[in-house]
Amino acid sequence: MRNAFARAVTALADQNPNLVLLAGDIGNRMFDAFKDKHPTRFYNCGVAEAGMTGIAAGLAASGLQPITYTITPFNTLRCLEQIRDDVCYPNLPVILVGTGAGLSYASLGATHHSMDDIAALRILPNMHVICPGDAVEVELAVAAALELKRPTYIRIGKKGEPVVHGQPPVFQVGRGIVLREGADIALVSVGNVLPIALDCAEVLTDKGFSTGVVSLHTVKPLDHSLLTDLFNRYRRIAVLEEHGLAGGAGSAILEWGCTQGVDLRKLRCFAGPDRFLSACGNQQQARVAIGLDTGAIVQSLVQGWEF
Amino acid sequence: MTTPTSTTLAAQLRAEVVQMSHRAKAAHLASALSCVDVLTVLYGQVLNLDPAQPDHPDRDRFILSKGHAAAALYAALAWKGLIAPDQLLTYGEQHSLLEEHPSPKLPGVEAATGSLGHGLPIGNGMALAARIQNQAYRVFVLMSDGECNEGSVWEAAMFAAAQGLDQLTAIVDFNKWQATGRSQEVLKLDPLADKWTSFGWAVTELDGHDHDQLLAALTRTPSGRPHAIVAHTIKGKGVSFMEDDNNWHYRVPTEQEVLDAKVELGVA
Repeated sequence: MRNAFARAVTALADQNPNLVLLAGDIGNRMFDAFKDKHPTRFYNCGVAEAGMTGIAAGLAASGLQPITYTITPFNTLRCLEQIRDDVCYPNLPVILVGTGAGLSYASLGATHHSMDDIAALRILPNMHVICPGDAVEVELAVAAALELKRPTYIRIGKKGEPVVHGQPPVFQVGRGIVLREGADIALVSVGNVLPIALDCAEVLTDKGFSTGVVSLHTVKPLDHSLLTDLFNRYRRIAVLEEHGLAGGAGSAILEWGCTQGVDLRKLRCFAGPDRFLSACGNQQQARVAIGLDTGAIVQSLVQGWEF
Repeated sequence: MTTPTSTTLAAQLRAEVVQMSHRAKAAHLASALSCVDVLTVLYGQVLNLDPAQPDHPDRDRFILSKGHAAAALYAALAWKGLIAPDQLLTYGEQHSLLEEHPSPKLPGVEAATGSLGHGLPIGNGMALAARIQNQAYRVFVLMSDGECNEGSVWEAAMFAAAQGLDQLTAIVDFNKWQATGRSQEVLKLDPLADKWTSFGWAVTELDGHDHDQLLAALTRTPSGRPHAIVAHTIKGKGVSFMEDDNNWHYRVPTEQEVLDAKVELGVA
């Protein structure tokens, strides 16, 4: 996903003279092409995320469209108040990109896990929260965020994730992408767990459950009409996200649903626990450890089918 | 040259600030008074601003990073014509954009300040934007000495020096107090000018109430380096019974104290 981001931002900067890329002392070689082509529009802001966010706000207040880029926890929680006061309060066109969504950097330890960023960012007024499901969605998300010209957080993974979309889908901020229709179970995938959702759909279909899959790449604003439709048409709605349960996408859907008259008993949330994950191994091992793998998700949905 | 106009203006702004604090029962009066001379010289003689076009892309930018001195900023904005003088009467009231810390919705306010340590990074972005877009405007950021406790100030100081942002001027209103104690004692701030020098900035140390010195420094643009002005000031400056008394960080003046202050300031 991060290579897709580098590719996208370089191409978009060719077309958009206002795009300025700020990095927090990471991704150096990744942006070589950008730096070659646009030397006055790339700045390494150092290991200073609060400072970088303020710089982005100042650039945006002066007519530019900055994108800040660093590892997810550092670009979100570390500088959360700068995001709130400097970016969201004045409603400036700043795009924050966090690399290392969820457990992408599981083996680096809990300081590098990002199981709380969706929660932290979506509580901020004016903020948009986008969690692309694969590299194709990353490229589309960056382009869409530049069009939006509002505070936007894009949560991307690392490198080498499976590419899900063979063709670029229609991508609109705030509109989920239906990848597969069904009748029994709707798997609502948020971000980098999209390949797991598709895998689960295969297995569930084999077991006789008609399963749909949605990439709900935007957590804020939520796609209310799509969610209403899912609750009306399916018997189960299962939200998958590599993020803590508290404050994540499932939590956002509950906040919305409790005033909509939809049957929230249909909802299942597959998300992370309320504890720091230590010695959890690599991303795949960590996913298994918290039940965010195909086997555990399928088993839970099948065993809990009757209620 | 110090004109009578400049000193008279400073006295007028001080009287306005004292009156506003009383009317709104708003704290931070002494913090506002200590930076009135800086604001007087900036708005009176330095900033390139057109009140009819407050968002003009080529305007100079001023960020009151010590947002708790908002009353002084509002008085200056009203004098300059960026907001209506009548608006000062609404300071602190419901439905007024003149809040106790500046709102970005108010014309003339360049950044939402109040949480300390935010202004200089934003100023960096504005100065960098000028360079990227080939604009000649200047950026001024006024901070408090207590604010220099914030790590983000020093993140910004290093960035500005690394990029050689010579359109950027930071002013520290060095009144030697922060909310609950001497700024030299709460954290070790001294030697403050040396800190900025060691961070790669051109530094001017001056009397922050001397308009001649302020004008000379604020119109100075050192080539290739950002400029820090360490302005030695007195908290509560201009009202003898408030000067260097940190009770006035939070205290609100009574009606009689407003009258006494105005007499002392020579403003009816």
